[in-house]
Amino acid sequence: MTASTDLAPPPTTRTAPVDTVVPLRRPGRWVSAALVLVVLAAAVRSIVTNDAFQWDVVAEYFTADVVLRGLGTTLWLTVLTLVLGFALGTALAVLRLSGNPVLVGVSWGYVWVFRSVPMLVQLLFWFNIGALYPTLSFGIPFGPDFVSVSSTNLVGPTAAVVIGLTLHEAAYAAEIVRGGVVSVEQGQVEAALALGMGRGRILRRIVLPQAMRSIVPAAGNALIGTLKGTSVVSVLAVQDLLFSVQLIYNRNYLIIPLLLVATVWYVVVTSVLSAAQYYVERYYARGAARALPPTPWQRLKGRLR
Amino acid sequence: MSAALVRISDLHKSYGITPVLRGVDLEVRQGEVTCVIGPSGSGKSTLLRCVNHLEKINAGEVEVDGELIGYRRRRGRLHELKDRAITRQRAAIGMVSQNFNLFPHLTVLENVIEAPMGVLGLGRAEAVARATELVARVGLAGRESSYPRQLSGGQQQRIAIARALAMEPKLMLFDEPTSALDPELVGEVLAVMADLAEAGMTMVVVTHEMAFARQVADTVVFLDEGRVVESGPPGELLVAPRHARTREFLARVL
Repeated sequence: MTASTDLAPPPTTRTAPVDTVVPLRRPGRWVSAALVLVVLAAAVRSIVTNDAFQWDVVAEYFTADVVLRGLGTTLWLTVLTLVLGFALGTALAVLRLSGNPVLVGVSWGYVWVFRSVPMLVQLLFWFNIGALYPTLSFGIPFGPDFVSVSSTNLVGPTAAVVIGLTLHEAAYAAEIVRGGVVSVEQGQVEAALALGMGRGRILRRIVLPQAMRSIVPAAGNALIGTLKGTSVVSVLAVQDLLFSVQLIYNRNYLIIPLLLVATVWYVVVTSVLSAAQYYVERYYARGAARALPPTPWQRLKGRLR
Repeated sequence: MSAALVRISDLHKSYGITPVLRGVDLEVRQGEVTCVIGPSGSGKSTLLRCVNHLEKINAGEVEVDGELIGYRRRRGRLHELKDRAITRQRAAIGMVSQNFNLFPHLTVLENVIEAPMGVLGLGRAEAVARATELVARVGLAGRESSYPRQLSGGQQQRIAIARALAMEPKLMLFDEPTSALDPELVGEVLAVMADLAEAGMTMVVVTHEMAFARQVADTVVFLDEGRVVESGPPGELLVAPRHARTREFLARVL
């Protein structure tokens, strides 16, 4: 035992000297990290120096009015699809979890159909709904109609897009919500029942807030998928982000830089959404761990202090 | 001698084709503590769960405070009640389970005020006042803003008791309240339950804690294979059981 150590135990308890612990050296890690960094640097260099990317053109069009308007369309389509899709999806999940075999079957069937049909195919169907049902009527089933409208007038490209995206999203949302609800322990429901709470209140106050812990990561995934999925609407000439840059490059043939404009915007919005998701997950994790870990921002502040 | 608060007669219950309760008769008088003991699989928990209609019964009847639980009688048949009526009956019967089942996303205070506000329609101020008093009563004053996972098992179970009491129930059911606890935490929960019994609460307790049964119970019921084998004051049943099966069981657990 070295005499200089402050924390030396009482001399009677230890006689053998304490050896220093040396962790295993891992030279392979350094080599592989260096290799990857070299490849990465080469890739970055080529992207920056390759004139064909035309970064000056990208900068020029990045905040062009048409592009920003397209971005706006993409964003409101995404939000509307998410809200409507999850509202319908939650209703489908409730049907699926109800004890009624008919409702369970209908919910299952919906998910089966709308998960099977590609979104693009579905959008084309909705756009051409007039060919299937020339008029849409409101009335008593198998009885007289009250109102009748031509479906081509009612379902324009924008409506077709909203309907198609929502129905598609709802099928996935239903499974996400159902998965979350199923993940909540049955004892929670029983405890709430024993307190005299009704089914609806238990779902709202006890089950869904806990289900959110597994719903949010999956929903965040779905949201980002939807954001990018909205780009298929350019096929129906709805002027979203992708269609806006296509309009421009069809005139000036600067295809690559304009696609980069759209790409960078998609990356920016996805990054913002990922950050938002982190904080939403944190909110629903309250009570799940003994103490929440600090956010990156809190960690940074702590280090600077 | 006071009137029976709980009256169970000829209760039958099976899961699928497996019979669990085969004709249970039981009476619990107002203000008394009844401990139900018996080997695992004897139907103790199922019996409790029938008292607040967490389980549908197959035959017989359960009455609490003169009211048939979960059903109403019409022309000699029992018709199951609507959810709303069952909910109202459950609100008057407190239950504490083995796994506490506190709501993990709510703080201690929110756990305790949730049902009084949502079910009884209490105002927030009144619910909070009642909750604060109950949390203090179970010895956890000052922990109102903790989340359940920040508490020990014994503390969680005491909050679960406070949560049930916040509904001002006329009857408390305890389903093995200390079975999931570390041995050194059992005492604090049993102490709260003994206080509650002292205060005159009518309680049905499924337990393996024979010492608790001996000290606190007015009646001990021995259940085996879905039937009440014998029941009586703890001084008799635990000390000088009449049936061989009871003696056998006690020899194993005491």
